[in-house]
Amino acid sequence: MNAIVNISRLLKGKLAKTGLSSFKGGVHPPQHKLESTTSPIRSVAAPKHLVLPLRQHVGNVSKLQVAVGDHVLKGQLLAKADGQVSAAVHAPTSGVIASIGNQLIPHPSGLPDISITLEADGSDQWIEHQALDYLSMSKPELLDHLREAGVVGLGGATFPSHIKLREDARHPVRTLIINGAECEPYISCDDMLMRERTDEIVRGIEIMRYLLDAEVCAIGIEDNKPEAIQAMREAVAKSAIAIDVIPVPTIYPGGGAKQLIKVITGKEVPSGRLPTEIGVQCFNVATAYSVHRVVNHGEPVISRIVTVTGNVDRPGNYEAPLGISISELVQLAGGEAEDGDLVMGGPMMGFNLPAADVPVVKATNCIIVPSAEMFPEPEPALPCIRCTRCADACPVNLQPQELYWFSKSQNLEKAREYKIFDCIECGCCTYVCPSNIPLVQYYRYAKSEIIAQDRAKEAADIARERNEFRLMRIEREKQERAQKHAQKAAGAKAEAGVDSAAEAAKKAAIAAAVERAKAQKAEVVAKNTEEASPRVEAEIAKIEARRAHQPEPPVQPEQAQLFAEQQEAPAASGTGQADGLQPLSKEKQPTEEAK
Amino acid sequence: MNRSPYLTDAPSVTSIMLRVLLALVPGIAAYVWVFGGGILVTLALASVTALSVEALMLKLRERPIRMFITDGSALVTAWLLALALPPLAPWWLVVLGTAIAIVLAKQLYGGLGYNPFNPAMVAYAALLISFPLLMTSWPAPLALAETQLGFIEQMQFIFSGALPTGVALDAVTSATPLDYLKTQLMLNHSMEEIAQSTIFGALGGQGIELIAAGYLLGGLFLIQQRIITWHLPTAFLASIALIAAIFYLSDASRFADPAFHLFSGATMLCAFFIITDPVSGPTTPKGKLIFAAGIGFMTYIIRVYGGYPDGVAFAVIFFNICVPLIDACTQPRVFGHEK
Amino acid sequence: MLTALYVMIGLALLLGIVLGYSALKFKVEGDPLVARIDALLPQTQCGQCGYPGCKPYATAIAKGEADINQCPPGGDAGVHALADLLGVEYKPLNAEHGLPKPKSVAVIDENVCIGCTLCIQACPVDAILGAAKHMHTVIASECTGCELCVAPCPVDCISMEPIAESPANWKWRYPVFEIKPERPVQKKSAA
Repeated sequence: MNAIVNISRLLKGKLAKTGLSSFKGGVHPPQHKLESTTSPIRSVAAPKHLVLPLRQHVGNVSKLQVAVGDHVLKGQLLAKADGQVSAAVHAPTSGVIASIGNQLIPHPSGLPDISITLEADGSDQWIEHQALDYLSMSKPELLDHLREAGVVGLGGATFPSHIKLREDARHPVRTLIINGAECEPYISCDDMLMRERTDEIVRGIEIMRYLLDAEVCAIGIEDNKPEAIQAMREAVAKSAIAIDVIPVPTIYPGGGAKQLIKVITGKEVPSGRLPTEIGVQCFNVATAYSVHRVVNHGEPVISRIVTVTGNVDRPGNYEAPLGISISELVQLAGGEAEDGDLVMGGPMMGFNLPAADVPVVKATNCIIVPSAEMFPEPEPALPCIRCTRCADACPVNLQPQELYWFSKSQNLEKAREYKIFDCIECGCCTYVCPSNIPLVQYYRYAKSEIIAQDRAKEAADIARERNEFRLMRIEREKQERAQKHAQKAAGAKAEAGVDSAAEAAKKAAIAAAVERAKAQKAEVVAKNTEEASPRVEAEIAKIEARRAHQPEPPVQPEQAQLFAEQQEAPAASGTGQADGLQPLSKEKQPTEEAK
Repeated sequence: MNRSPYLTDAPSVTSIMLRVLLALVPGIAAYVWVFGGGILVTLALASVTALSVEALMLKLRERPIRMFITDGSALVTAWLLALALPPLAPWWLVVLGTAIAIVLAKQLYGGLGYNPFNPAMVAYAALLISFPLLMTSWPAPLALAETQLGFIEQMQFIFSGALPTGVALDAVTSATPLDYLKTQLMLNHSMEEIAQSTIFGALGGQGIELIAAGYLLGGLFLIQQRIITWHLPTAFLASIALIAAIFYLSDASRFADPAFHLFSGATMLCAFFIITDPVSGPTTPKGKLIFAAGIGFMTYIIRVYGGYPDGVAFAVIFFNICVPLIDACTQPRVFGHEK
Repeated sequence: MLTALYVMIGLALLLGIVLGYSALKFKVEGDPLVARIDALLPQTQCGQCGYPGCKPYATAIAKGEADINQCPPGGDAGVHALADLLGVEYKPLNAEHGLPKPKSVAVIDENVCIGCTLCIQACPVDAILGAAKHMHTVIASECTGCELCVAPCPVDCISMEPIAESPANWKWRYPVFEIKPERPVQKKSAA
């Protein structure tokens, strides 16, 4: 280990002379890439049953475009992008939509999410599609095509690519970096793609360069992939544009976008900002490949290369249709898929799949079938002895031992202050910890807790604002009512006897209503008094006499109007005074009955 | 259910501690050569005490005993204290000191990883304040003593305080070079006169400089093994050398030269084994430099002006207190941030 | 003797002036304490504390009229935060005011709603949309889950539904960090 570190330091020194920069920290885990690179990429036929989650990307959930029972063709749009930060989902084969609902997805939460289930009809029939003549198209038009084709970053982040390919006048992209570093152990999908689909990747890069109008174009590949470097060098020599193939030192996490940008350009992406602010944009090689498929073939993203490795008979790379069950893929590779065992992603940043039959999604770059010896159960954690091996290994120069302390004691404000959100969760700290502390898990916990708290705080602020506005509104209405009362009173005094025509009409209407009510009442009253005993009749007469003494309660027109306003106010749109008056007449009824 | 990274490659805490013990071996060998085999008895006493007291405390605190007893940290503390005590210290002093280190300075604060002060230094300081005479009476190196005690005689002395018949206490003890220097300077003797004494060697104290070289060798091994970083020893030694040089150049007749300060007392032990205790030290690179340089400065001041012959223990404890402040003020620049 | 007296009087006067001046110069507008307490309250506006909203409760706490453990939606964490802010002892939630529940939103059964607007009037954050005789609906993102609309509904068509955990709002759990005691297997072999 020491020897490796020393050699890598020497190498770093050497590379510094060759013009490459480096980042602090990093580790050298065993590679384990040879197992899966001995055979070429194998193509996987569409299975009978596919599950396509609507959330396979960062951003809004895609909007459904099909219904249960629809027959769809291969490449047909199933769900379109909802807004700018979103990506479309397409049918990987032809078939019938069997159901739409919550299904288990490959996500660390182990929670189900809305997905489309497609039963293949076996004919694998393509929808009509054609290549685009992108040079004759406007750039926004081309970007829309990419959005509709569901192109996202295939390195694992799955951020919609069309957003990153938009030209930004404030931050023009000078350098386009294509990430072929693939620093995580075991994973080799990008390596094999670069070896076998070299020209296609270059075509994709050409389109990206055209969209961004970048001056410099570079592909960073870790120097543990000499075949890929050789193949890419040969391919870029044939390209019309100048593309540099840059071998970068093999060190984990050298394939992180910000780390690779630092190594190649020597510039650090400011914390919490986008690489465009320093004039750089970075894409995975597989993303460049899918851009090529979309533009030059008209094919949306319906498959991807997945490394299946570990405890399987035929480790290697498989071009799998999205939506195929991971257990099927593992069986194809000659492995046994047991629930809760499989790991998606690499051994440093991957996660345990909640079940073996979750589908392959756009983020699925690698499936590892572990054996007991490969990933042994961690030893029980000892207390931190502050040895700072983690700090030495941290590629972003954090103080992991402090962050651990704050996260463990749930001192979240302090964790934020010590820049926990700059942590890229690469796992280097845990990798070197002599006390076996699951450091990254503490950081993940602290981060998601802080995010949840921030959301709650935001919601509380909105609620406070809305509550204050409501109280203010009620207060304002009260004042207005009081003002109107005062005006009415003053007006009545000044114009004593001089009724406006409208008021007269209103009064007349009210009088008429009162009359009608009286008449009605008279009718009703008459009915059960006809055959009354003399004693009862006397009683009635008495009551009538008492009532006659009481004056009729006047209906206040302004009161009714105010009530109507009060009723209407919270509603988004008024529906007229008549409706507002409704509850008042309800209230009036008991008074009348009492009479 | 998600526990990535699934891979780890780290030495265990136990292996780190064992390598620290291994690095002490050259120093101990030199110690035996210079002062005789008595130190081996002291080391054994301290080790047994440390392990049994640690086990007892873990039991009382209801902590897993096997897991923490095997981490080796108690042994490191015990050995460092034993090496800091005067050779041939009585057995009860060794036992008491070790118990203070493990119980008061370590377990009562929460055990491994939670002690704010260096346990060995807390125990050393407590003993120095409580038993100043015992703690400052050093046997002369064998080469200088009138009577050379054998291993069995040294063991007898440690356990019963009895010397072989006919040997007076004065025949085996002598002032340490630091002590001698201080008293002689107080008597207005010049450095040149003082340096004539046989207790001074080529660089530091006669014999003691050999032990210091042993520690230096062990320390370089630790750096090579990446168990400690270069920051702490370098800053500490540089700080002592620098301040000693300033004083020496200002008046060579009243102040010892830098080499003397580097190779006498506990300087080397401190530089590579004591201030490098990760638990009670700072964690940032810059913080380590400040911490070590501060201890070096303070050690020198206590040596020259303080009431105690060597100030390492007090300097370390004082700067242990400052560690949180030093760490907070020296946070390194995070990737993508402006400083 | 006299000098000392003069010095003391002089000092007292000087300090008095300084204090008086700073009291005027650095006077803080409003009552920052109420705002700071209010900032810690969850703004559910449910009134379970016995006050007509979060702000009145905050004001009451600031005046010392109300205790800090009367807010069930704030939960234990809320009481801790208030205790920290006010420098008082933490005390467990007062069950008289209700128990903390998982955060939920009001849902109106649109087939049953008669459009009476009573819930609209009850909602403290205007999160219910509708008009008289027209079906009402809850803006889920604005609903604080205060339950104030449930009681006024004459046809009992409003129910509270807990917000389900989904991959979008899911949180990482606190890592289980157990120092395992000696393995029982080893104990058996020893015995």
